[in-house]
Amino acid sequence: FQAPAYHLILEGILILWIIRLLFSKTYKLQERSDLTSKEKEELIEEWQPEPLVPSVPKEHPALNYNIVSGPPTHIITVNGKKCINFASFNFLGLLDNEKVKNAAQASLKKYGVGTCGPRGFYGTFDVHLELEERLAKFMRTEEAIIYSYGFATIASAIPAYSKRGDIVFVDEASCFAIQKGLQASRSNIKLFKHNDMADLERLLKEQETEDQKNPRKARVTRRFIVVEGLYMNTGDICPLPELIKLKYKYKVRIFLEESLSFGVLGEHGRGITEHFGINIDDIDLISANMENSLASIGGFCCGRSFIIDHQRLSGQGYCFSASLPPLLAAAAIEALNIMEDNPDIFQILRHKCERIHKALQGISGLKVVGESFSPTLHLQLEESSGSRENDVKLLKRVVDYCMNSGIALTQARYLDKEEKCLPAPSIRVVITVEQTEQELDKAASLLKEAAQSVLN
Amino acid sequence: MANPSAVCNGHLHHHHQKQNNLLKSGIYKKNGITKGMKKNGISNGTLYKKTFIEHFEQAPMYVAVLTFLGFGVGTVFGYLRDFMRAWGLEKRNVATEREQQKDFVPLYQDFENFYTRNLYMRIRDNWNRPICSVPGPQFDLMERVTDDYNWTFRFTGRTIKNVINMGSYNYLGFAETDVNALKTVTIELQKYGTGICSTRQEMGTLDKHVELEQLVAKFLGVEDAMVFGMGFATNSMNIPALVGKGCLILSDELNHTSLVLGARLSGATIRIFKHNNMQSLEKLLREAIIYGQPRSRRAWRKIIILVEGIYSMEGSIVRLPEIVSLKRKYKAYLYLDEAHSIGAVGATGRGVVEYFGMSPDDVDVLMGTFTKSFGAAGGYIAGKKDLVDFLRTHSHSAVYATSMCPPVAEQIIRAMKCLMGLDGTTQGLQRVRQLGKNTRYFRRRLHEMGFIIYGNDDSPVVPLLLYMPGKIGAFARRMLEKNIGVVVVGFPATPITESRARFCVSAAHTREMLDTVLNALDELGDFLHLKYSRYSKSSHPELYEETRLELED
Repeated sequence: FQAPAYHLILEGILILWIIRLLFSKTYKLQERSDLTSKEKEELIEEWQPEPLVPSVPKEHPALNYNIVSGPPTHIITVNGKKCINFASFNFLGLLDNEKVKNAAQASLKKYGVGTCGPRGFYGTFDVHLELEERLAKFMRTEEAIIYSYGFATIASAIPAYSKRGDIVFVDEASCFAIQKGLQASRSNIKLFKHNDMADLERLLKEQETEDQKNPRKARVTRRFIVVEGLYMNTGDICPLPELIKLKYKYKVRIFLEESLSFGVLGEHGRGITEHFGINIDDIDLISANMENSLASIGGFCCGRSFIIDHQRLSGQGYCFSASLPPLLAAAAIEALNIMEDNPDIFQILRHKCERIHKALQGISGLKVVGESFSPTLHLQLEESSGSRENDVKLLKRVVDYCMNSGIALTQARYLDKEEKCLPAPSIRVVITVEQTEQELDKAASLLKEAAQSVLN
Repeated sequence: MANPSAVCNGHLHHHHQKQNNLLKSGIYKKNGITKGMKKNGISNGTLYKKTFIEHFEQAPMYVAVLTFLGFGVGTVFGYLRDFMRAWGLEKRNVATEREQQKDFVPLYQDFENFYTRNLYMRIRDNWNRPICSVPGPQFDLMERVTDDYNWTFRFTGRTIKNVINMGSYNYLGFAETDVNALKTVTIELQKYGTGICSTRQEMGTLDKHVELEQLVAKFLGVEDAMVFGMGFATNSMNIPALVGKGCLILSDELNHTSLVLGARLSGATIRIFKHNNMQSLEKLLREAIIYGQPRSRRAWRKIIILVEGIYSMEGSIVRLPEIVSLKRKYKAYLYLDEAHSIGAVGATGRGVVEYFGMSPDDVDVLMGTFTKSFGAAGGYIAGKKDLVDFLRTHSHSAVYATSMCPPVAEQIIRAMKCLMGLDGTTQGLQRVRQLGKNTRYFRRRLHEMGFIIYGNDDSPVVPLLLYMPGKIGAFARRMLEKNIGVVVVGFPATPITESRARFCVSAAHTREMLDTVLNALDELGDFLHLKYSRYSKSSHPELYEETRLELED
């Protein structure tokens, strides 16, 4: 049988086409296929990187640090001048407490300084276990976990639970550590206006309608609300009872950052949950650092074992970093003892805060930002001059005036380009239990004078 | 470490001619992977002033098979137990969600924790062992027992005394409680207390920090340095300050979590090169400069290479001379993380820069931690004054995180002064020498016994390969019975087939302690069949006057 002619011709053409395809060059989309190696060498020669770091002007305020000689206690020697300390977060005055120092000395004699290892590899000391137990008992939760650095606490806790695809509702005024934790978690971040529960509810409702569109995805998307007990940037507290209502209504978990409110709010210093009288199990995770009221170093998270135990294997700052030096842990335990034995210091501290809050009202040119019982206030300019740089310079002159007259103050420092919602420049005023009434009055009158002379 | 079926000759050749060539060029390597690497080693021989020997021997094939089998059995049993737990046939020991929150989205996916529940839980007693003494060459462990197969532990109240410590990062032996040694620390603690309660830029810079920073700069031979309160945070808070969007980070495969976190937080593009592999790095550098940023083809703003001095899981030392020559040629910047190598290598303990005979100006950013060799806590970044000034103003840690606490700073100061000889004694130098001697002795004996050890001959981090999951638990428990505390690591910190025990040699270990450990290892190695090495030296004593003259093709 002879095949028809057009068959043979077609097949011949096909065979020729196949041969042509086999021998033609492959076509890659990515490469510039025309670069010769000489051109490549030229490109390599010509490329100039930026300098590793941009040069910093010499008068940048942060290059001229205040240098403190000696311990930053109630009477502090800044740049050679003795002042009363209104700048260190030493709320309960435990920085130079003799009992705390003796506990640290005893621990130093027994354990040396460093732990030489992370918690998993012989870096767990009996003092760490004791501190965790004590903190859990003090806060009346099941378990607590300690980190060796305050910043790393919340920045490691958030990414341990919230991963890519999860949703976190966070307050605008949250501190930088929370922002870094959120960035590391790669979750969807939804900011709500500071302390505005209506705005938060709006966001939650929007999320609910999203969920109804895709219920399968909604079933596996975790949701969290991250708020602070006492906000560092604004000095006010979060409305926790409303948050709890929203939690159960929209099924969102709450992470509470209590660095400033631990050891300050509440009848026994247990923080904002005690202040509002809320059952502590309603809060999924409480994170705080021990660098403020407890005058030590490090941080802790407490909550139910179901939640906290997870961090022992997935908290990056816990697993991959050396543990807290035992002398600092012993100092924290002793500080906790003092807090438990003297519950009236919290009332005294609140009383002092209210006193100075009242005394600072009515300074011309400066407004007080913060709750009346908050031990850290901000003094912002009533009218900004228009440029942040000028505002900062004006406030620096006020601070210098006060420093020259014996009150140590500092401006609140931020990284201008990195913050999501940059607060206005302000002077930070910190009240501690050790300041006497005369000193508080002196500070208030000095600030009035300074504002008068600099701003008018 | 690539694929087990790669060419891996089981026998040893003695190429005397090759020996001479290599001896002249000064670099050779014993490696079961590719031959191309060795050729490169010869051509770059002039960069290395002394011999650079690293071992990454591969185990025989049957070991990999048995390892996978072991994990397979564990997984099957894991599914079985999960099934029994789900159906109530077995008690659930793990903590559960609150009743009121049962209808919330579950916090953990079941499969995420499969490995933890079923495999890690079985051998959990080998980690997080609490101690109750100083982590010196010997320590006291708290005795811990479990009644329910590692779900919960309880302390019997007894302590196991004088366990030899092969796990803590105490390279120079500065973790000590000698009263004279800690005299200044005691004084500073009394004077300053333990807290700072402020950040560097606000009221947290003490005169102690200034003193420490000047001393660190002098120690390293650089213009300026800055110290931070936590080693992990030093990386995660400063890399984002140095690089940002539009920059390229070339990071080693096996970099530490803190470097990876810092690189991710910075927002720059990250590309990974194979561990200590200079061809891979060069290829990435060339591609990056020639082709620019993906899609837009713009030139990269800057390229930064992230490497570590000693890699803590491999024990390998970075190939610094080659990296510096590459960096000069392609105008990249080098960030060297000397967490484990500062104080531990180098003739006077100045780290890998001194070890290779290079100058600190060759490295753009010198970073290190004080936790390992100095027995304290915290980290530093050192380099040119511009760099450090920039970090003082823009580092996240300077603005938002507390500064280092004064007694810890004093411990670093006294350790550094001891190392530099400024306290009037030669104790520092003696410690560094003792560490070098201990390291070389320990590694030589382990090689002789026939274990597979990874890493460079001069690195005090000694990983001993166990491979099989069952042996991880057995090894650690039996060593503890012999009163020796070791660290074992498995998946996910290491590749799944390469579980290992990691020893950290210290200058404070005496010859007797090392001998005790080595004898125990010998016994245990025979009992558990851990001596996988095919290059056991004891079988050819006359050909091995020096450890260096081994070749493999």
